Amino acid sequence: MKTIKADKIYYTVNAAILLLLLLIVAYPLYFIVIASFSDPTLVGSGQVWFWPRDITLEGYKKILEYEMIWVGYRNTIFYTTIGTTLNVMVTLMCAYSLSRKDFVGRGIILALFTFTMFFGGGLIPTYLLMGDLNLINNPVILIVLGAVSVWNLIIARTFFASTIPDELFEAASIDGCGNGRFFFQMVLPLSKALVAVMAVYYAVGHWNSYFDAMIYITNRQYMPLQLVLREILTSQQQLMQQMNDGLVQDVNENAMIAESIKYGIIIVSSLPMMMIYPFAQKYFVKGVMIGSLKG
Amino acid sequence: MYKTCPAATAGAKKNDRLWSKIKKNWVLYLFVLPALIYLIIFKYIPMYGVLIAFKNFKPIKGIFGSPFTDHFGLAHFIRFFNLDIFWSLIKNTLVLSLYSLLAGFPLPIVLALLINSASTKRLAKTTQMITYAPHFISTVVMVGILNLIFSPQLGIASLLLNALGIIDGPLMVLASNSSFAHLYVWSGVWQGLGWGSIIYIASLSAVPVELHEAAIVDGATRFQRVLKIDLPTILPTMVIQLILNCGNILSVGFEKVYLMQNSLNIDSSEIISTYVYKMGLQKAQYSFSSAVGLFNAVINLIMLLTVNRAARALTQTSLF
Repeated sequence: MKTIKADKIYYTVNAAILLLLLLIVAYPLYFIVIASFSDPTLVGSGQVWFWPRDITLEGYKKILEYEMIWVGYRNTIFYTTIGTTLNVMVTLMCAYSLSRKDFVGRGIILALFTFTMFFGGGLIPTYLLMGDLNLINNPVILIVLGAVSVWNLIIARTFFASTIPDELFEAASIDGCGNGRFFFQMVLPLSKALVAVMAVYYAVGHWNSYFDAMIYITNRQYMPLQLVLREILTSQQQLMQQMNDGLVQDVNENAMIAESIKYGIIIVSSLPMMMIYPFAQKYFVKGVMIGSLKG
Repeated sequence: MYKTCPAATAGAKKNDRLWSKIKKNWVLYLFVLPALIYLIIFKYIPMYGVLIAFKNFKPIKGIFGSPFTDHFGLAHFIRFFNLDIFWSLIKNTLVLSLYSLLAGFPLPIVLALLINSASTKRLAKTTQMITYAPHFISTVVMVGILNLIFSPQLGIASLLLNALGIIDGPLMVLASNSSFAHLYVWSGVWQGLGWGSIIYIASLSAVPVELHEAAIVDGATRFQRVLKIDLPTILPTMVIQLILNCGNILSVGFEKVYLMQNSLNIDSSEIISTYVYKMGLQKAQYSFSSAVGLFNAVINLIMLLTVNRAARALTQTSLF
């Protein structure tokens, strides 16, 4: 009987902690959504807390009129689709070969890849090399720069090694099936889950990255969405302006409208991510599970 | 007499077999080629390029032709160690990474144990669904959210604290040296907590049901079972994660720190990687900043190997 009582207390405390955590994680996200739809002056004076008030789409209207958002969107979609296709193909072909026990030299090649996880030449030598290769300010760089993630390669190799038995290839090769045909007509169809995991990993990476673009792209026409967002969301001048305003006078209405537009921009830029989230989450988790197996 | 040396024939036979194996699988080599070319161009050639850390790089002369620096090529390193800002860079980098490790390593484990032992499946599933979500937010948007929420006057943190009477006037956390690390670390925890717990939840699912059943028969409470059954099960996973984290001790994510930096918090937000970026790409001191970057990379490598060794000695679990 004592254990039943103790368990009851445990489950109550457990639920209380989890619910509190849910609140802490979910509330800021929820607030961004309601703030983007509410009247800016009400948000800015602390009158919007639990639900939107004086619903307005003015902020969204202004966002839709801002051309750079659309340039960024277009570019990011381009980089993400082409980049992801390339990433997935290159990674899976390489991972499959490395998973085959009769592939002579796989230990050395795998070691070459793994070493780069722990040591690299660094930013400057890479930058100078890109300059020599004429890839600076060239949109191609955002597609080829992260062509293979070693981490994904290891996940894929583990997956192949544990799901594609050697006997399958032996049987197929007796029937005259070569390595190329075997990979495309047998291995890939058997590994749909893995293909999805890889695609989601790479696509989210492309969608969210800004660093490479910040360093290698200066032409505004090639800017990905995140770089456009950076200009708007993390502008230092605006922050400093507010600091000064805050010290000498009351913030004006323009500042409130500017803030409200930012809430809307966060929503607009995250929309595709939010739509694929349930799907992406499932495959992301699957990827972590495969990765945690020892290959 | 016609018997040849058996070892020689075995060797020749082995060689023949090796060749036929390679020839039979030539397509596999073709498959590896694109990834290998990428690896050589984008990873290994820059490793050769790091040679400029020991030289005075002149673009016209190229990496090979540029002259070595004084002090056996170590002049840039010596200059870096003697900078006024050197200890401040090391300190800021270490503070951010150790603080992140201290807060970010144990909390996902606690969360995984809580989710795994939640009373209903629905509560567990909802918690997972919601806590994973911030992981998908990009760094730019994450820093944008911080700027909005902690905006001095209009942010909801400022409004709330003013309404509760805890502060009076603008909230200055975005532009203060003392709050930078807290803001950086706890926003990181907020974003990565749920995600970090997945790997532990995965290993917890491997706990045999019989173990729990036997413990229940013996009168163990749920809490006791968490401590005596669940926790020991995920210990190897914890060790591996800890090693991986320690290997990155000096490679604090450049992306977030750089976006959170401003002139009012620069004294605590300037870290090695942001310094490399500014010196190298904004001031074009290629050799010097390569040296700083190389120093950072070598320390990381040493750190990883040391922790890996220690873990192997202490717990028999290690990366390699």
